Amino acid sequence: MEFKLTSVVFDAKDISRAITRISHEILERNKGANNLALIGIRTRGVTLAQRIRVKINEVENTEIDFGILDITLYRDDIASGKHPPPVEKTSIPFPLEGKQVVLVDDVLFTGRTIRAAIDALIDFGRPSTVQLGVLIDRGHRELPIRPDYVGKNIPTSKNNRVRVRMSEDDGIDEVHIIDPSTEKDS
Amino acid sequence: MFKPRSILGANGLKKDEIVTILDTADTFKEISTRPIKKVPTLRGRTIINLFFEPSTRTRTSFEIAGKRLSADVINISGSTSSTVKGENLIDTAQNLEAMNPDILVIRHSQSGAAEMISRNIQCPVINAGDGFHEHPTQALLDLQTIRETKGSLEGLKVAIVGDIAHSRVVRSNIYAMKAMGMEVRLVGPPTMIPVEIQKLGVSVDYYLEKAIQDVDVIMMLRIQTERQNRYLLSSLREYSNLFCLTSKILEKAKDDVLIIHPGPVNRGVEIALDVMESERSLILNQVTNGVAVRMALMYLLLGGSDDSVN
Amino acid sequence: MTVLIKNGRVIDPANNLDATKDVRIVKGKIEAIDPPGKINIDEKGKTSVIDAKGCVVCPGFIDMHVHFREPGFEYKETIESGCKSAAAGGFTSVAVMPNTKPVNDTRSVTELMLSQARAKGIVRVYAIAAITQGLAGECLSEMGDLKDAGAIAFSDDGRPVMNNELMRRAFEYSKMFKVPLIQHSEMLDLTEGGSMNEGAVSTELGLKGMPVEAEDIMVYRDIALLEKTGGRLHVAHVSSGNSVDLVRQAKAQGLPVTCEVAPHHFILTDEAVRGYDTNTKMSPPLRTAKDVERIKEGLKDGTIDIIATDHAPHDLTDKQCEYQNACFGIVGLETALPLTLKLVDENIFSLSDAIKKLTSAPADIFNLDSGELSIGKQADVVIFDPDYEYEVDVSKFHSKSKNSPFNGWKVKGKVLHTLVGGKVVYSAAEH
Repeated sequence: MEFKLTSVVFDAKDISRAITRISHEILERNKGANNLALIGIRTRGVTLAQRIRVKINEVENTEIDFGILDITLYRDDIASGKHPPPVEKTSIPFPLEGKQVVLVDDVLFTGRTIRAAIDALIDFGRPSTVQLGVLIDRGHRELPIRPDYVGKNIPTSKNNRVRVRMSEDDGIDEVHIIDPSTEKDS
Repeated sequence: MFKPRSILGANGLKKDEIVTILDTADTFKEISTRPIKKVPTLRGRTIINLFFEPSTRTRTSFEIAGKRLSADVINISGSTSSTVKGENLIDTAQNLEAMNPDILVIRHSQSGAAEMISRNIQCPVINAGDGFHEHPTQALLDLQTIRETKGSLEGLKVAIVGDIAHSRVVRSNIYAMKAMGMEVRLVGPPTMIPVEIQKLGVSVDYYLEKAIQDVDVIMMLRIQTERQNRYLLSSLREYSNLFCLTSKILEKAKDDVLIIHPGPVNRGVEIALDVMESERSLILNQVTNGVAVRMALMYLLLGGSDDSVN
Repeated sequence: MTVLIKNGRVIDPANNLDATKDVRIVKGKIEAIDPPGKINIDEKGKTSVIDAKGCVVCPGFIDMHVHFREPGFEYKETIESGCKSAAAGGFTSVAVMPNTKPVNDTRSVTELMLSQARAKGIVRVYAIAAITQGLAGECLSEMGDLKDAGAIAFSDDGRPVMNNELMRRAFEYSKMFKVPLIQHSEMLDLTEGGSMNEGAVSTELGLKGMPVEAEDIMVYRDIALLEKTGGRLHVAHVSSGNSVDLVRQAKAQGLPVTCEVAPHHFILTDEAVRGYDTNTKMSPPLRTAKDVERIKEGLKDGTIDIIATDHAPHDLTDKQCEYQNACFGIVGLETALPLTLKLVDENIFSLSDAIKKLTSAPADIFNLDSGELSIGKQADVVIFDPDYEYEVDVSKFHSKSKNSPFNGWKVKGKVLHTLVGGKVVYSAAEH
């Protein structure tokens, strides 16, 4: 299948500004970097969390705890795809007890990924709070989940796809919306 | 991604399929180090361990693997006296299948048992060892253990030492290792080397000291003490003299040689105690990896829904 | 009652005949074999006519090696079901092996078998009695009494006579009665626990092998004993290339040795065991491609005298189990013809030679009054279409048991009518 890209809704500068703002909001809300931990959800969430971590380091001059979460094993649709989804490593190399954890993901949509991420996180320990930061909130929640930090709210129709590309993973920083109704025959 | 229907043997597994299994097992290994050693992935799924042969480690490993994925695991010990009418193996399997398990793990003393069961039921089957035929999960955990330490498998030389003829571990390892581009040398008394095994692309040697000098991995096999009654051995004493891996013999081997053993070990018979406990010995790593490999296989069998891919 | 078989290709190896002829059968005997149209149907209405155009008409086949399981294992086969299976396969005479329960080692068992067969009146049944009492390999059976009761040969088939001294005495003793001994050649100490040929495939499958030497050693031993004792040896179901050579050498020395081969041993190899189909488990086991080649040579040069099926019915419970636990043997009567014709297609032998190995050759070896279409002989006749192609379907077998590895095979050559003593005992349902 080939998709037609409808529009770039967020470019490299927008992304950079959003990350800077979110980093400051996190520090503000948590009154500094003490007890703070960032956990990125694979794959783009990890890249975003890395950038936030660097930004916080710049501002506060301190290394905060950092983890990577693969939520595949917590998904509620393991058997629905054609093949088993590939599983990658989860790494949370610090105790969660008493931490103020910020989960980071690229796009918030139905909320199911975040549900899985929270379930996974709880298996590792008992953080004092779990907050959620996302680059894009595109609406259409199916679970009672809301983000604490948002780069940009983008209204979409439910069958649109939002693709976040990060230069570390994709060679370019941009967010665009794909409209399958303009899908080409292939 | 690799989507097997059943795991009956290592024979026929392709390199990329083995890599997928090992990569998946690598990620699953971390779960066993968590404070809560469980993920909900296979919640509500049922795995039956049908063991017709006594086994502690393999059965426990499958049980733990299933439970760490939140599956319900049921252990059944079958009687091996299937020659008795009314105790037909296929009947047993079909009865179990009527209770809708998602995976049937089978261990049986007779070669071909897993394949036969798999032909007669729909549910995926994992062969946990059939006679002298195959024990694929053991081979996979052996490879994972070696890869973890050596980094890669391609080009490694392995000596497998002991009763080759009566070992399902050897056959599975030959297939898996050959698929991964490894070189396999079988070592043992000629009475325990099966005819025409060279056709599987392996070499044969009768002399331990010479055979291990250039290898990267030595796999020692358990010697069944009852074999001497079948004209295969003169005595355990002589077997031990000729084939026991001692630190003295190991002096001839490469410094970074790894030692593995599918267990259970006859301490002092096929492997000396100090060798077993040396840092070159990965025997306990094998056991740890066994859980991860079996979790990976369960995940690959039950994740996804494409039944058409074999 | 008169039967006229018209326009068939009549092949009768015993009389060197291979030509289109009409065959007239009167009162159960061959009355005339003449060019087509020459025989007039004089008594209208009393002659039944079979049009055999395009078909082969030949003596009914003789199978010197079948297991009909009665008495004792009637759930696998009875004399009646076995005879029906034989008739469907084109066989008009069969010799039943003695490994029943009780063993056929006494007059009463022989008489029971023969009277059962006579009562069913389907095909001719000959009894092969045990060499040793109870097949136990300890004491000789009463060969004189058994021969008197109708036994035509002796064998401990299924088990070999392991004891060398006993085998020597068996040859000597049997000489008195001029009866052949049929040996299932297998050194049991070499095959214990085995379930297939020992070789690359058994190594791969992890099944204990039965080395070919187990057969060769016993064939050699028997030939060596025979040379000393006299008597007659018939080697059952040769499966090994070396054994074919041993028989060839013995024949060259003029020793009274004959042998047979079963169709599965010239059609299949041990490769067929992959997948653990228990219908590939037989004794002797399926051997390698090299052995099959040498078997074919033996068939070609006449070293192997006859084709016999070793028809060994087993029901599902004896076969639907672990390979190692499964019983040895397969049914063979209803697939023998098409499998043999495969070798004709391969130019291993002519159609006439193939028929000879199923008719006059066994009749000569075992002194049976059949296997030929000579005038005045009993009219045991089979009519088959050598070109008819079909798929083997075990569910349609007349045998009680369906244990055949050939299920689903596309084969050529179908029996249309089988006549025993001029009476039609089988006609194909479809053609």
